[in-house]
Amino acid sequence: MESLSNKRKVIESKPLNFWERIYLPSIMQGLAITMKHFFKKPVTISYPEEQREFSENFRGMHSLKRDEDGRERCTACGLCALSCPAEAITMIAGERQKGEEHLYREEKYAAVYEINMLRCIFCGLCEEACPKEAIYLDGPVVPSEFLRKDFIYGKDKLVEAPLNQ
Amino acid sequence: MGTADIVIKFVLIVIIFSISLVIAMYSTYAERKIAAFFQDRLGPNRAGPFGILQPLADGAKMFLKEEIIPTNASGFLFIVGPSIAILTACIGSAVIPWGQKLTIGSHIVDLQVTDINVGILYIFGVVSLGVYGVMIGGWASNNKYSLLGAIRAASQNISYEISMGLSIIALLMVTGTLSLREIAEQQRGFWSHGWFTWNVFKQPLGFILFIICAFAETNRTPFDLPECETELVGGYHTEYSSMKLGFYLFAEYINMFISGAVMATLYFGGYNFPFMHHLGLSENWVTILGVVALFAKIFFFIFFFMWVRWTVPRFRYDQLMDLGWKSLIPLAIANIIITGVVITFLK
Repeated sequence: MESLSNKRKVIESKPLNFWERIYLPSIMQGLAITMKHFFKKPVTISYPEEQREFSENFRGMHSLKRDEDGRERCTACGLCALSCPAEAITMIAGERQKGEEHLYREEKYAAVYEINMLRCIFCGLCEEACPKEAIYLDGPVVPSEFLRKDFIYGKDKLVEAPLNQ
Repeated sequence: MGTADIVIKFVLIVIIFSISLVIAMYSTYAERKIAAFFQDRLGPNRAGPFGILQPLADGAKMFLKEEIIPTNASGFLFIVGPSIAILTACIGSAVIPWGQKLTIGSHIVDLQVTDINVGILYIFGVVSLGVYGVMIGGWASNNKYSLLGAIRAASQNISYEISMGLSIIALLMVTGTLSLREIAEQQRGFWSHGWFTWNVFKQPLGFILFIICAFAETNRTPFDLPECETELVGGYHTEYSSMKLGFYLFAEYINMFISGAVMATLYFGGYNFPFMHHLGLSENWVTILGVVALFAKIFFFIFFFMWVRWTVPRFRYDQLMDLGWKSLIPLAIANIIITGVVITFLK
């Protein structure tokens, strides 16, 4: 039958000739190939001493951003929690009191903001959902812990360090 | 034989014994390192600089592991197996000439434990005994995988011993002696009477047959069917643990070392190296350089064993038997005939 894709290859199985039958030339060829690899640079990265560079759009640990005056950007609108497919984010909103203008940018802020790193799938939908550019997944790999409760990161771990004036 | 001679021999035996053990130890390290380089990896590099303490760590681990003897195993034979394996591996080095004679003061030190006139036969005897360690161990484990491994080891070693013996016969027709010392002496220097002195240039086919059989006798890939992890769990040492397993592994590496030494002595001139008598050095220096040359050759062969291991995949069992009986034995016989004809015509 005519081949539709025109990709059909007819393979002839020729009987092996003398040199192919005694195997030694092919073994020599194989030895040459492995010897070439012997002198190649190893691809191993010795992890704790050496670290692989992440790609530019790598999504790691979350950080809650501050604005140019060092105030928290997050206004506890809850869009990130809503967009989160893994339901890893919870928050409790608080109202900004008088005298706290230098801490929070809007009148409403997140009093508690928790991300469960065991649930998070690092999809980045929270940073896409955020209207205030308050959350980014620009941190390192989340470190390992012994207890599950230690994977629930609060504001102490998430919020960026305050600006140094 | 005076007291001094006995002391010298004793010291020599201790030195050779410890050298074979150290080389076996570091062969395990070399194997892992070389395997890594062939696969673009780094290999062990945590224990000490470049991981050179790795064999010590492995040894300590082996000694500290729990020693398990299965309930249904034959208790006595289970221990005899690895003992025979390591014993036969170690006694092979007795007849190998490690160098020429060394003159220290008034004493002449022969760098060979004993020069018996049937050296090659002795090596053969030791090699054939080696299979008993594997067989007894595999049988005593009372495990089907161990038994299969032991059966494979036995039939493989017996088949390949035949072609090994036949390839040696052609060599003996050239050398006219069974003593390893005389064979080494005949290959003096590198070039004389218009041809190379090393036997590999007189017996190229014989050497290829011999090295293939050496791979089979030491149970190295591509002939590692007795331990064949993919089919038989661990082969004949499936049930072994702790230092008894260590003895089996050790025996394999010592066998590699000894077979490298035998190949270097029989075919690659032993302790001879090119221009050894044209350098204007004293006899003792030539001897020492000869020992270095012999060890360089042995290390090359050990490296070659590992090189092949990471290149050639394992044979299927029927292919192994085909190769042994239908190719190597006829070739070895043809080699004997050709050698005989050539010797007759040259005379």
